Amino acid sequence: MELTVFYIFGGLAVATALGVVAFKNPISSAFSLVVSFFAVSALYAMLSAHFLAVIQILVYAGAIMVLFIFVIMLLNLQGEELEEKGFPAYFKVAAALFLAVFLGGLIFVFKNFQGIFPKANETFGTVKSVGALLFTRYFVPFELTSVLLLVAIVGGVVLAKREL
Amino acid sequence: MILILAKILIPFLIIFNIIPFLIWLERKGAAYIQDRRGPNRAAIFGIIRLGGMIHSLADVLKLVMKEDILPARVNRFFYYLAPFTAMTVACVTFAVIPFGAPVPWNGRQITLQAADLNAGILYILAIASLGVFGIMLAGWSSNNKYSLLGGLRSSAQMISYEVVLSLAVISVLMMAGSLELSKIVENQSSYVWKWNCLRQPVACLLFMVAMFAETNRLPFDLPEGESEIVAGYHLEYSSMKFALFFMAEYANMIIASAVLVSLFFGGWQVPFLSTEILRSHAGEVLQFVVIGAVVLHVLGGLGLLARGRNNVKTKKWGDRRDYEPIVLGVAALGAALVLWGVLFFYWPFSLGEKASVIVTAALQVGVYLAKILFFCWVFIWVRWTLPRFRYDQLMRLGWKYMLPLSLVNIMVTGWILLNVE
Amino acid sequence: MATLQHYLVLSALLFTIGIAGLVIRRNVLIIFMSVELLLNAANLVFVAFARYRLNLDGHVAAFFVIAVAAAEAAIGLAIVIAVFRNRGTVKVDELDWMKN
Repeated sequence: MELTVFYIFGGLAVATALGVVAFKNPISSAFSLVVSFFAVSALYAMLSAHFLAVIQILVYAGAIMVLFIFVIMLLNLQGEELEEKGFPAYFKVAAALFLAVFLGGLIFVFKNFQGIFPKANETFGTVKSVGALLFTRYFVPFELTSVLLLVAIVGGVVLAKREL
Repeated sequence: MILILAKILIPFLIIFNIIPFLIWLERKGAAYIQDRRGPNRAAIFGIIRLGGMIHSLADVLKLVMKEDILPARVNRFFYYLAPFTAMTVACVTFAVIPFGAPVPWNGRQITLQAADLNAGILYILAIASLGVFGIMLAGWSSNNKYSLLGGLRSSAQMISYEVVLSLAVISVLMMAGSLELSKIVENQSSYVWKWNCLRQPVACLLFMVAMFAETNRLPFDLPEGESEIVAGYHLEYSSMKFALFFMAEYANMIIASAVLVSLFFGGWQVPFLSTEILRSHAGEVLQFVVIGAVVLHVLGGLGLLARGRNNVKTKKWGDRRDYEPIVLGVAALGAALVLWGVLFFYWPFSLGEKASVIVTAALQVGVYLAKILFFCWVFIWVRWTLPRFRYDQLMRLGWKYMLPLSLVNIMVTGWILLNVE
Repeated sequence: MATLQHYLVLSALLFTIGIAGLVIRRNVLIIFMSVELLLNAANLVFVAFARYRLNLDGHVAAFFVIAVAAAEAAIGLAIVIAVFRNRGTVKVDELDWMKN
């Protein structure tokens, strides 16, 4: 049952990721990415990461993608075609080699590794436990992240001005 | 399994049934505020007008039967997707809202909410962020300059006020100590002086203003302003798709009221009657409610009959509409008779365990719905009272005045919590 | 039961697709979106291992990755807007004034 749900959401994530790469219209790519974020958020929920699942929707799908779609609409970008010249030969050889290595890695991982998840108690991944960790052990990165966000805000405002 | 389905379906049905009532309330309320009558002509069999509520039915029929126009050169997939997104986002929020205290039934506690998420408030904020998508999609896919402008402005307004929304909620969370909505509601016990509107008045005000901006209601109405930008982002939609946008706006209003009531006005808490008191004295409460209902129906019935007799005598309209108060008056007196029969045969009400639990839950859900409807009325009232903000005034208000105010509120709350406890 | 290797393989797939998008597409916004895909894949690995080892540090790392991705997206898009205003194009093939 859980495996079926995993395949559904995993398949959705991969399919929409392919959609991001394959769609010609940038808005379609952006919305594919939003659906991909939803699928990944569902996977986080399956991994008992409740706080992160909601944060993924709140920040990634709800804020970052809104920003992307804003910019695409503002710049009024039309669709584009993929490479007209096609791929050169070394490209295809490299892609085939990469796929072979990837498949080999897949087979190796599945044969020699059994990663059964242990049972997690109820407070794993809740807001309280992650928050406790954020405010005790990782307090300095937390504060530095707030400074980083401040820099990002100021930088964004400056960069997007019409005249400096 | 059936329980989960019931918990999902019932809030959904509640929204869908309140929406026509809200449409009626808006039009009648707007009319009386503007010193006119509003819709009062649509009737069933010429008799039943219900003060204009039948007009909502006529509205629905009209919207369904209108021609479904597809403008040229639109992106069809997104054009169709936008109203669905708007409506879905509005309905999904209801999953985490608690309607009553947990009901102990057959040894288990049944929570009256579909999902008691660990991060309840964050879920609501996340879904509020997703509400922007429907509007942006609608604005962009309509292939129309004004729709695009309206969509972009509306999205900018919504994401600006989301920040204020989140910050206003944080002070409430600091006092309740948990993100789960059920715990926040239980933290505001039934004593009215402990409700968050009195403990955090600044946050309550900020939240209300931010909710007005989030739902694109006046005075933050510029993106869909009828006089400036000709209905903005839902200009190119007709018939059922427009109906979906329309309903999505009212559903957003209901959600906003529901979250406001849960966070600040005690949610399902009956004022001064906590859950234990209600459960132990359920019999008396039920008697009180039934006696009140009987009195109300008798008085209403007699008043309606008097008015009907007046109508017929003075031939107010001269056709079948004169008899409407008589029909309604008879129905009211009939209901009063039934209730009085119930009262007579079951006096005194001594309810068992299960019955008292049911009565308590029903009362709490009823109080919650009454509060939601009151705040929906406040939304409508404000809409027809205040003029519209200009776009730069709106953005200045959100970023320069409300954001610092909410930050100051958080700091003051934190200081008080640390030093006064 | 979905085991750890399921999540790792899925994450590797997402990462590969992200890199393919990064290399193939010419529109700078789509390249940006592929970068977000890469970050997502990395986050998935963090969370999967956090669940496997019952250690919440993975969640904290993923949280910081999300925060930094938000900051980066904001600045990157501001730069894209500035470039578009100056040169009128967002295709990376045509942004080559520093060449030669």
